[in-house]
Amino acid sequence: MTSRDAILAKVKNNQPATRPLPADLSTLNTDFDKIDAFTNILTTIGGAVIRVANFDEIKDYLLKENQDKKRIISTLPELQEITELNWQHNDPHSYENVDLAIIKAHFGVAENAALWITEDLMEQRVVPFICQQLAVVVNKADILPTMHDAYSRIGNAEYGFGVFIAGPSKTADIEQSLVLGAHGPKGMTVFILG
Amino acid sequence: MTVGLFIPCYIDQFYPNAAIATLNLLKKLGVDVVYPTKQTCCGQPMANSGFEHLTQGCNNLFIENFAEFDYIVSPSGSCVLHLKDHLNAKSSDNEAQAKSIRKKIYELTEFLTDVLKVDKLTASFPHKVGMHQSCHGQRGLMLAQMTELVAPAYSKPMHLLNMVQGLEIITLNRPDECCGFGGTFCVAEEAVSAKMGKDRVADHVHNGAEYITAADMSCLMHMEGILRRQKSNVKVIHIAEILNAQEF
Amino acid sequence: MSKGTKDHAQLSDVFNADEARVNWHDETLWFVRAKRDKAAHNLPEWEMLRETASQIKDNVLSNLHDYLLQFESMAQENGIKVHWASNGEEHNQIVHSILKDSGVDRIVKSKSMLTEECHLNDYLQHNGIEVIDTDLGERIVQLANEPPSHIVLPCIHKKKEEIGDLFHEHLGTPEGMADPVFLTAAAREHLREKFITRKAAITGVNFAVAETGEFVVCTNEGNADMGAHLADVHIACMGIEKLVPQRKHLSVFLRLLARSATGQPITTYSSHFKRPRKGQTMHIILVDNGRTTQLGRPDFRNSLKCIRCGACMNTCPVYRRSGGHSYHTAIAGPIGSILAPNLDMKEYADLPFASTLCGSCTNVCPVKINIHEQLYKWRQVIVKEGYADPKKAMAMKAMEFTLSKPAVYKTAGKAGRWVLKHIPFAVNNKLNLWYNHREMPAVPKQSFGEWYKENVKHD
Repeated sequence: MTSRDAILAKVKNNQPATRPLPADLSTLNTDFDKIDAFTNILTTIGGAVIRVANFDEIKDYLLKENQDKKRIISTLPELQEITELNWQHNDPHSYENVDLAIIKAHFGVAENAALWITEDLMEQRVVPFICQQLAVVVNKADILPTMHDAYSRIGNAEYGFGVFIAGPSKTADIEQSLVLGAHGPKGMTVFILG
Repeated sequence: MTVGLFIPCYIDQFYPNAAIATLNLLKKLGVDVVYPTKQTCCGQPMANSGFEHLTQGCNNLFIENFAEFDYIVSPSGSCVLHLKDHLNAKSSDNEAQAKSIRKKIYELTEFLTDVLKVDKLTASFPHKVGMHQSCHGQRGLMLAQMTELVAPAYSKPMHLLNMVQGLEIITLNRPDECCGFGGTFCVAEEAVSAKMGKDRVADHVHNGAEYITAADMSCLMHMEGILRRQKSNVKVIHIAEILNAQEF
Repeated sequence: MSKGTKDHAQLSDVFNADEARVNWHDETLWFVRAKRDKAAHNLPEWEMLRETASQIKDNVLSNLHDYLLQFESMAQENGIKVHWASNGEEHNQIVHSILKDSGVDRIVKSKSMLTEECHLNDYLQHNGIEVIDTDLGERIVQLANEPPSHIVLPCIHKKKEEIGDLFHEHLGTPEGMADPVFLTAAAREHLREKFITRKAAITGVNFAVAETGEFVVCTNEGNADMGAHLADVHIACMGIEKLVPQRKHLSVFLRLLARSATGQPITTYSSHFKRPRKGQTMHIILVDNGRTTQLGRPDFRNSLKCIRCGACMNTCPVYRRSGGHSYHTAIAGPIGSILAPNLDMKEYADLPFASTLCGSCTNVCPVKINIHEQLYKWRQVIVKEGYADPKKAMAMKAMEFTLSKPAVYKTAGKAGRWVLKHIPFAVNNKLNLWYNHREMPAVPKQSFGEWYKENVKHD
């Protein structure tokens, strides 16, 4: 018997009588300011929120704040004129020197400041992790209350890879001292658009 | 209503004043109390050590001594919890009696709040008191809300202490951390047990307690051992003694 | 790992030799517990979330056979290679053979308690494969040649000065430099080079979804993603109990996991791997290693609900004062003490006794495992299976003899005498151990029984 068959046989033999799945949970309280909550939490976990009305404001902000950055890439066509072109199809290792990456999120979650981003919005899976600084654009209308709403929105969507990102990379492994930029981005800016 | 008084072995032998206060308090509240003299022990020391299979003798004796009463009351949350969870009859003939005992046995403070519904006491105890929430009473019998849970606060022992004149309850940094007694744990894991006890005592002392009280004498015995080694003036006192106190 | 000759109590003695350090360890972990409390109390629906998570896991365990088949078939459809391992050794062999076939002899690994449980690092290194742990805490204990002492905070037992010394020795940081920001930056640079140059990455798995064949890995550092997205080969190792039925159930567990673990509302990264990226091969190893046996133990099976948040360790007053290494097993603390005896009852016979049964672990557990009740039950099993100290068994029998006979109890001595000798101090005849740090209770003139006879009977 293969290990597979042995494990499955033993599971079948040892598992208890069927227990039903509980009812789905939904968000209890939706009556709060989602943008405020998202902003407060992202700030607490080391990120920054910039409210913008349009992409021109994002461009102005990026140009002003990132004069020292050598390599800036983006998946957003609206930001093409201020970012590197045709970077998308190289070996993932080649993005090691990216100073700033700007990508889009499907939506954000107010209760934890997490942003849902799938592979199609990254071009390369490694991008949001390998860059030194990460910026994410999300529509104001796309800040959902909790993770229950998040998975309702995701539904049966197809993706090869998807990730919730909440703030910059961090660690507290040394005596519980919080340090930003463990391996991934040292900072994270979220542009809330609209 | 007739109440059978169960006095755990170590209270019987080391802390008779806690037992006397329990008896007198119940009498003062108009309860008909009987102390069956052939009682010994709930069997917990053996069971918690992994020898529950040796406790049948204690169980049989307990059923024999206490089956007849309307309620059974004991000044020890830990022993009551053990009986509620593990008292079983030897034969199925007596299982109904065991089941009934598991239902009608109460720790003293829950008996006062839940059955007698006491809303005033004539006690007076003008001291600063630290309330130690003994784990088995708190988390097992749910005598008080637990800090881990997201649920409304309440405390049966504190509710009673608040009826005592002159008494001031101090605030602890860690309101419901274990004292480290743990039955045979106190010697089997001596280093950790003693350290837990020292830390628990320090929380009370630093916050100004003159007395440490609890609904379980075993925790107090442990903390008393540490206080006395430290030659501290802080004393331990069973909650029954405070609820029955007439100090002015 | 073997405890050698020392059990939990003896290892705790060693840990407690330095009281200031015990205080520091206790305070550090209490701080994490306090953060957990704050996060939990921010959600009025917290207890309902725990109950729901517990029931979802009940359903998973009761239907595990079909969920495993469903997961396997979906994962294969997604282009993931699925392997099955009956035990740690087979798991290690599978990892090794994948690496050998790929011609890889240097790998990066993100945190996986399963690989700790299987002792994968030792196995691979013995077979000539270099393993770099990329979680900062795990890298630190790896440099120190120690196992992790905590499943979420692997080097929580280490002071920053000790980490500074390690980094000075291994990474060339300046001597005496112990600033966490500086040390983290040094590790970032050191590990970036590894991520860029290694061709295979191993990750753990926090959740796997039967319905879709995807798996979720949660980190704060981003090290699992750095490893997986740069490597040609991604191997994900998971225990068979990590399944959830449907994608939507992740919402419940992701709301609970980080809040319980560190008090964060969610980990920085919750990565959902469904298909390998173009040109990459992705493997999943489904590991039993005792889990099917535990599933067959009705009293202990719901320990398999564990989502490895570590909350029971942070709250455990014993863990905080004995340190993770005193448990001499990959998963320390209360949950480790109910998992380990399933793997080796003799080796871990001491662990269910390393508890006061205070019950705080059960209350913080996000999937409502009745940990302290299982500790009690393991004690009964261990004694029945003959792994108790024979001297203790003798003492217990003597105690039973007296306590079940009122006449013997009464005549065993006047007030205090019998109890003084037998309960609870004298078990193992270790009377002196109580006395190390504590005075004995004063013996009163009369027992209550004697007082009652004199004062009440003759009313």
